[in-house]
Amino acid sequence: MMHYFIGDLGHLFVITAFISALVSAWSYWKAQRTSELDQSWVVNGRVAFYVHTFSVIAAGAVLFTIMYNHYFEYNYAYSHSDTRLPVYYLIATFWNGQEGSFWLWMFWQAVIGVVLISTQRTWEAPLMLVFALVQGFLVSMILGIVIPELNFKIGSSPFILLRDAMNDPIFKMQPDFIPKEGNGLNPLLQNYWMVIHPPTLFLGFAATIIPFAFAVAGLWQKKYTEWVKPALPWTIFAGAILGLGILMGGYWAYETLNFGGYWNWDPVENAVYVPWLILIAGIHTMMTYKANKAALRTSMILVISVFILILYSTFLTRSGILGEGSVHSFTDLGLSGQLLVYLLFFTIIPFVLLAIRWKKIPATEKELTVYSREFWIFLGAVTFSLMGAQVLVETSKPVYNAISKWFGGEGNMAPKENAVQFYSYVQLWFAVVLCFVSGTAQFFWWNKLDSKKVAKEFLTPVLFSLLIAVIIINVLKVYNISFAVLLFASSYIIYSNIKVLISLFKVNPKLSGGAVAHIGLGLMLIGALFSSGYSKVVSLNNNGLLISKELDEEFNRDNLILFVNEPRTMAEYDIEYLGERIEAKSKSGYIKKNDVELTESPFKVKAKKDIFYQGKKLFSEGEEFEYNPENTFYEIEVRKGKQVEATLFPRVQMNPNMGMVTSPDLKRDITRDIYTYVSLTMNKEEEPEWSKLEEMTIKIGQQFFVNDYVAVLKEVNRIDEIQGIQLEKEDVAVKAIVEIQGERETYIADPLFLIKDRSKVGRLPSEINDLGVRVTLMNIHPDTGEFTIGLNTRQKDWVIIKATEKPYINVLWLGTFVIMIGLSMAMVRRFREK
Amino acid sequence: MKISHIIAILVIAVAIAIVISTASDTSSYVSFDQAYQMAQVDNKSSVHVVGELKKDAQGHIIGLEESVDHLAFTFLLIDENKKEQKVYYNEPMPADFTKSEKVVVIGKYKSGNFVASKILLKCPSKYQEQKLNASL
Repeated sequence: MMHYFIGDLGHLFVITAFISALVSAWSYWKAQRTSELDQSWVVNGRVAFYVHTFSVIAAGAVLFTIMYNHYFEYNYAYSHSDTRLPVYYLIATFWNGQEGSFWLWMFWQAVIGVVLISTQRTWEAPLMLVFALVQGFLVSMILGIVIPELNFKIGSSPFILLRDAMNDPIFKMQPDFIPKEGNGLNPLLQNYWMVIHPPTLFLGFAATIIPFAFAVAGLWQKKYTEWVKPALPWTIFAGAILGLGILMGGYWAYETLNFGGYWNWDPVENAVYVPWLILIAGIHTMMTYKANKAALRTSMILVISVFILILYSTFLTRSGILGEGSVHSFTDLGLSGQLLVYLLFFTIIPFVLLAIRWKKIPATEKELTVYSREFWIFLGAVTFSLMGAQVLVETSKPVYNAISKWFGGEGNMAPKENAVQFYSYVQLWFAVVLCFVSGTAQFFWWNKLDSKKVAKEFLTPVLFSLLIAVIIINVLKVYNISFAVLLFASSYIIYSNIKVLISLFKVNPKLSGGAVAHIGLGLMLIGALFSSGYSKVVSLNNNGLLISKELDEEFNRDNLILFVNEPRTMAEYDIEYLGERIEAKSKSGYIKKNDVELTESPFKVKAKKDIFYQGKKLFSEGEEFEYNPENTFYEIEVRKGKQVEATLFPRVQMNPNMGMVTSPDLKRDITRDIYTYVSLTMNKEEEPEWSKLEEMTIKIGQQFFVNDYVAVLKEVNRIDEIQGIQLEKEDVAVKAIVEIQGERETYIADPLFLIKDRSKVGRLPSEINDLGVRVTLMNIHPDTGEFTIGLNTRQKDWVIIKATEKPYINVLWLGTFVIMIGLSMAMVRRFREK
Repeated sequence: MKISHIIAILVIAVAIAIVISTASDTSSYVSFDQAYQMAQVDNKSSVHVVGELKKDAQGHIIGLEESVDHLAFTFLLIDENKKEQKVYYNEPMPADFTKSEKVVVIGKYKSGNFVASKILLKCPSKYQEQKLNASL
């Protein structure tokens, strides 16, 4: 049965949200024009914003209801979910599509708006005007209204029916057709990070509107200086949350998504990295303004730019302009025109306003001197901006191509082939400058220094950090000039900030947020330097088999083929592939594929014997349990000598839509991670190539060799039924039990021999996957009591892996953690400030 | 000279450096013929070539060869000028390689052979189902 009502209801809420946002904006606009005593327009605007917030939340609730109840007549539910997903993934599917992620963004922004209404009464009208306008634009992206005459579509609604979204012939014959199953969630995203990363990131996105709205309100209301104080804690909040969102993305990419590392300079990553840099620069200049009444104009430009950059990043990732250049951009929904209008609107108006008011914004007449803290903060902000600009200029290449094509040009600029090196190398030198600038700025921030004191103050930090750097360089063999300089710079920022931290702790620990964050930055840079700069492939192939003699030896092989139960060496470890594993839905633990058999349901298997994992019994023989047939884990044991150091279970997911999707597994040491993933698996659907049949005639109890394994014919029994089918009286069936001694366990092969209707002979061979052996009972010789056994062998099961060593990656995670602590401390302090 | 002027000059200098570094050795989308000529001049920089896998009349892919140990493979790619070229790739064959409609190879000519350092696959059905599976 089609559920029409719920979709119409959702659509109604979206339209209400759109109209109430416009009403709210209009009312707040009018409130500006009336006297301060007349609060009626403000109240109107407020009520409209509450209605808007309610409608946004209600639209989300309706969409979730559609997904939760699996109404596959709706395109959004069909395209992004299926009936087998647990509830927490159903939540994740909610923001899997563009419409849902737009919703997430406007939801956070509405919530923040409500909070600001109640906490910032004096700023309400101008602030909320900006909020309501932005909300109006955002809701328009999911409005889904077609203007009849012009055939112009505004927004893409999440509430459209499948039959309207897909042009499938079945809907002509059967308009009420509802698929029984949806497309499901992209396997890459079936991970708890998908539940928490997008909400965090979009909260960060949403929070960038706060300083923007304050700056615009300040410009417009001619309150050029007053906006800084209420905006500062929120700006730090935005910086912390956006940073956390980026970090989560990085950690997710590292741990599960197999993008090769935590940061890949992908356009989508860059699109949030750049605004974050500018945001951090803005926090610093706003602090300078509060302390010294300097850098007000710079602060305004920076916080306005942050929001515009967020819009630009939205445009890049959602307009389809990145094309195949990015791993995680959305598909084009035909919103590019609308997104462009959104971007231009919020770029032009604030900058026009800024230009008109420029002369009136107070600026210090004092000339900058190198002995002032403003100078160093300003230099830091400039460095941040240049860092951002460098990434932005390269990332925008597809935009240049589009513009060039617009003017009839060729537009065939490709992204740099070695983009990672290119970005990392340039950003490294900016980071060096940043370390020296911020390390130095700390001394000027807390002390009044003049030319005489300076030398004394700086001599120890410089010498001491140089000493630390030299020691690390020699011990860890950092024989690369740019890395060595970065190491010196990081030691300097850490040392100088620890010094400041110690002196602050004696006075007022609450002020130490900045110093803590800077120490975190230094640690993060050191971690990034080692984990990326000295990351190396350890799964080097040394078998000397080249694909072609035409190629030189440079054609090195970074992958390693592992045959089951055959040890190999890798990075001073012995590693051994032990076979394929699956995971039950209800119980954690890895189960051997050999120990289960398929059932009629594709999502269930049956235990062939009692199944244990790490000594714990999971299932009894004959028990059926649910599993995900797409997932296979490849058990790889990592040993040093006899000692098992780790057991890795890298995963491969075979998805009909996505193909092969791999997830790494990590061997974590304190000083390094070994990052291992499966790069190729055997194609199990293809019939393997068997060797020629080899026959031997033996007696019961006699030993023989098969594929170099010792085997023995244990017994031969007559049986009455085969796989549950009762045999006829005159038919004869016998089963041989052959025990084969494998490297790690004893396998049983049980081939069948069958005589049907007195003359037809049937043979059912038995296969041992792990050993690559097939045993057939060829013939029975009742006269001599002997049996003829046929043996085939094939290549053993294999898997190809690639493994990379990432040294000192824990220093990086520690650093990011410390940055977050520092930012939170600073935020709390600024919120409490009177 | 005021210190703010020095900063301004430095900023302009760095900005120019950024633009130049971005524009220089920018790789571009080219054909195999262009890539070959470029390799004669300088054999350091890589190029992007967009093409399709060679197929016979029945639509089967031809010219695909995997090494014995599955660790590398070669294939025939036809670029937009219909030029056919054997491409070497030093990684196991991606599982969805044969399903891809378009292949972008990033690499360069080495002694007459095109060696890819990276390949990007474009599978249109990868992110969105085009057709409904009515038998569901």
